[in-house]
Amino acid sequence: MWIIKRDLLLAIRRQSDVLTTLFFFVIVVSLFPLSVGPEMNMLRAMAPGVVWVAALLASMLSLNRMFSNDYIDGTLEQMLLSPQSLSLLVLGKAFAHWLVTGIPLVIMAPILGIQYDLPAEALLVLTITLLLGTPVLSLIGAIGAALTLGLRGGSVLVSLLVLPLYIPVLIFGAGAVEANMAGIGFDAHLSLLGAFLLASLALAPWATASSLRVSLE
Amino acid sequence: MLQGINLACVRGDRELFKDVSFSLETGSLMQVRGPNGSGKTSLLRMLCGLSSPAAGEIRWHGETIHPLNENYFSAMTYIGHLSGTKDDLTVIENLRISSALSGYEISENQASEALENLGLGGREQLSVKVLSQGQRRRVGLARLLTCKTSLWILDEPLVALDAMAVKFIQGLLERHLQQDGMVVMTTHQEIDIGAASIVQLQLA
Repeated sequence: MWIIKRDLLLAIRRQSDVLTTLFFFVIVVSLFPLSVGPEMNMLRAMAPGVVWVAALLASMLSLNRMFSNDYIDGTLEQMLLSPQSLSLLVLGKAFAHWLVTGIPLVIMAPILGIQYDLPAEALLVLTITLLLGTPVLSLIGAIGAALTLGLRGGSVLVSLLVLPLYIPVLIFGAGAVEANMAGIGFDAHLSLLGAFLLASLALAPWATASSLRVSLE
Repeated sequence: MLQGINLACVRGDRELFKDVSFSLETGSLMQVRGPNGSGKTSLLRMLCGLSSPAAGEIRWHGETIHPLNENYFSAMTYIGHLSGTKDDLTVIENLRISSALSGYEISENQASEALENLGLGGREQLSVKVLSQGQRRRVGLARLLTCKTSLWILDEPLVALDAMAVKFIQGLLERHLQQDGMVVMTTHQEIDIGAASIVQLQLA
């Protein structure tokens, strides 16, 4: 769809936005081994949680920009008045947001995981959970971004609104990696993550579209 | 046919206007007039469906516009104060994207032709952030040349334009009205447009 193409084109013209998210993620994840010291067992135990929390915060950083630029220059008005379905447009924007902020995190995560001495299989599981989980972050985040559009202090509000909703993804994302390292199956965790993804694919675009209509009234 | 029946607008505690009624036939133009802050933009936003009236209803060919949504949007073009252009994209990218958004995908040639007509020939590949206010306005208005909608709702379309461009836009509106289009616009300038009928709507 052309809206995905447009958002990617804008991201290429403004690379700094994309790079800040990625560097934030890399730095936060790297700070922990530096600060708690080279205790291998402890690092291994905390790795999944740290990587996941950093991913949540990093994807949160860029949420505000999802709609605010379009709001300021009037493109969002035109989207609301488009004969195409607003939910589909929102889905396209959330997908573009994920391609720009989620995918780089998924690619970086296994490299960063090496700092925590994670075994190869755990690295693979970590990548899979991020691959399933980060689209959920973009989709749920879109609702928060739409609700706080045009408000002063919107960026703080968006984290208060959205972070609680991220908790299930965080628990099962990090849980799958821990389960794998403990030698028990992680299929259930992955299935639940997949279920979150499907549910948010079905509901989030619609909720975001309604929030946008309210915000622009 | 576009009809407004007893429309009212409330902003905060203040009532901007009430009991505004009008009826607009095909081929006619409605000019909304009134001092600053009298609710002209609010009225236009209501007419295009961005906000709902505090009282009254708006009908498009006899049906209320709210449940119509996408059907209504595909017959209507709204150009507001904000030009809807992206600073980081080039002039031609902006036009092609805004046309696609309103449901008309256009080729590179069609886009450059429209820009040429609006006096932006040779500037297609410039990024919008280097353009002047009037040129940005023209990029926004270029969408009128590529869309095939029948109802145009224009908020101060002539602001920041030079005399040549004003003339061109007036000619464009005239042609649109002759082809059974409808135009609703606000402007503080005197307009010189030949239309089958011109409705003047004065807000307090």
